[in-house]
Amino acid sequence: MRFLFKTDYEDDIKLFPHSGYVVSYGLLIALLLIAPYVLSSYLMSQLVFVCIYATVGVALLILTGFTGQASLGHAAFLAIGAYTAAYLQKYNVPFPVYFLAAGLLTGIVGAMVGFPALRLQGIYLVIATISFAFIVEEILARWESVTNGNEGMRIKTLSLLGVAVPRDSPTFYFLCLAVLVLTIVGTLNLLRSPTGRAFVAIRDSETAARSMGVNVALYKVKSFAISAAITGFAGVLFAHKLSFISPEMFTLQLSIEFIIVILIGGTFSLHGAVLGAIFIVMIDPFLTYLKDDMPGIIAGVAATFGAGTEAAGNIQSKVAAFASLNGLKGAIYGIIIVLFVLFEPLGLYGRWLKIKLFFQLFPLYKRATFKRQKIYVKSERNR
Amino acid sequence: MSYFRAENLSLHFGGLKAVDAVSFAVEKGEILSIIGPNGAGKSSIFNLISRIYRPTSGRIFFEDQDITEQPPYDIAKLGIARTFQNIELFENATVLSNLLVGRHRHSTTQLWQELLFLPNVRANEKLHRRRVEQVIEFLDLEPYRDKLISGLPYGVRKVIELARALCSEPKLILLDEPSSGLNVEETDDMSFWIRDMRSELGITVLMVEHDMTLVNRVSDRVIALNYGRVLAMGSPAEVQQHPDVVAAYLGA
Repeated sequence: MRFLFKTDYEDDIKLFPHSGYVVSYGLLIALLLIAPYVLSSYLMSQLVFVCIYATVGVALLILTGFTGQASLGHAAFLAIGAYTAAYLQKYNVPFPVYFLAAGLLTGIVGAMVGFPALRLQGIYLVIATISFAFIVEEILARWESVTNGNEGMRIKTLSLLGVAVPRDSPTFYFLCLAVLVLTIVGTLNLLRSPTGRAFVAIRDSETAARSMGVNVALYKVKSFAISAAITGFAGVLFAHKLSFISPEMFTLQLSIEFIIVILIGGTFSLHGAVLGAIFIVMIDPFLTYLKDDMPGIIAGVAATFGAGTEAAGNIQSKVAAFASLNGLKGAIYGIIIVLFVLFEPLGLYGRWLKIKLFFQLFPLYKRATFKRQKIYVKSERNR
Repeated sequence: MSYFRAENLSLHFGGLKAVDAVSFAVEKGEILSIIGPNGAGKSSIFNLISRIYRPTSGRIFFEDQDITEQPPYDIAKLGIARTFQNIELFENATVLSNLLVGRHRHSTTQLWQELLFLPNVRANEKLHRRRVEQVIEFLDLEPYRDKLISGLPYGVRKVIELARALCSEPKLILLDEPSSGLNVEETDDMSFWIRDMRSELGITVLMVEHDMTLVNRVSDRVIALNYGRVLAMGSPAEVQQHPDVVAAYLGA
């Protein structure tokens, strides 16, 4: 185990507490930089989606993880970013301009959603954000002169400073990676400055935050705006990656996927957003694999245990029918959320910390280390 | 003109008069205690001052400025800090970041500067950190800097709440039952700190307290309340011998 001797206040502020961090993150960045020249094009495409989902995850973490305001409307923010890009592209606006414009517009919309949210708490806020998402979805479907309605919009190939950047090129991947890294660095900067601490204060006790001079309303709106703006940036990349967008892509299910990203990754640290993004992007091919191969495997196992050819075929068709049921994916997502909330509330990153601590303290690790102390004295909250 | 003044302060919940036309003044550099049985309206007065409740009637003045209509976050900016009876700390944050929130009223940096962590933000952070360290030293909190609040015992949390209030460098501090839940030694420490706050940091103290030993030891003046009304006001000894106060406590 390493003991840090702090000799300067700088030691409490800097992003990398010791040289080990520099080495491991340096290694990670190096691996990510050589990835496009090593990995298959399918995995590269998945990696781009991981970057985009992780960016949205970081945005959602700012709002939900650190400010304590739940949102099931982030698919709508993503949609606004994507459609702004698609619309401005029609008028030959260059990429940097519509990229920034999408973030700005989404940020403004986010602040507008934040205002009514000031009076809502918990589950009511969730319902308000869901309704906002439905409103946006409906507008996208009906406002045909701008959004082309349900027919959707085609996105032209990204052109950066006159150079075409196809959606499966390494350059596009680097662009997504850069956006993710800048988002993470910006968020970390925010979290170690007064604004980030005010967010955390609002999450844990609005009354105390107020009595310490935090303008709770202003900071909630700020949190909504920042979160939405980042999601808007991600939306532009999302649109380019898919090259075609339509309203039914930005449904409640996508918002739930974003919630899964942070719930499964861990809501207390930015690592969670990245781990959760990897999880959610990789679960889709895994489910497809299960759907394609599971019936055959189960039938094979049944045959080995003495089932006749006909019985095995019967089992195979039944499993196949089950695997292709409508809404099975949603059900699996639901089960995953429930299991994580019950058994791993700190998420994948929490699990990683536990494993790390286990080896650091071996053989002295106690399971109770991560147990939260129960709070017996709780004041009636003055909302 | 007094330093802090409440005039005919009232708070009614329907027919219940939690605070009923209470007037008092606090002089600069004074330690004033408010005592009274449960439900006398002591904490309500604090909640009125820090604007968690809106007074039904009456006015509050601080440094000759009417602060009755100020929004809650401005009260802290004026230099009035408070602690809570049942501890309102930021549970899932470290002690350091709790204390740094206390510095919020002194932060001057803009959002975009913070996103880039420009040199002025860094300089400010170091300044805040130094001020926080002074408070940590003052209250002997050195062992807890990087600990999460949720893992700390009650007595320590109580001190951290006081520390957070002190980090905002207040002119007037409102202490809501600083000794509740503390053992005899911790209460002793608390009484020394309260007196040091006045003598070393020049802070005026207004506190609600049940522990009469602590009240006798630190207060210059005492106000006794019952059913939202002022029963008696004066030196600790005078108030304790006042017949109405004795009746309120002993039910004669």
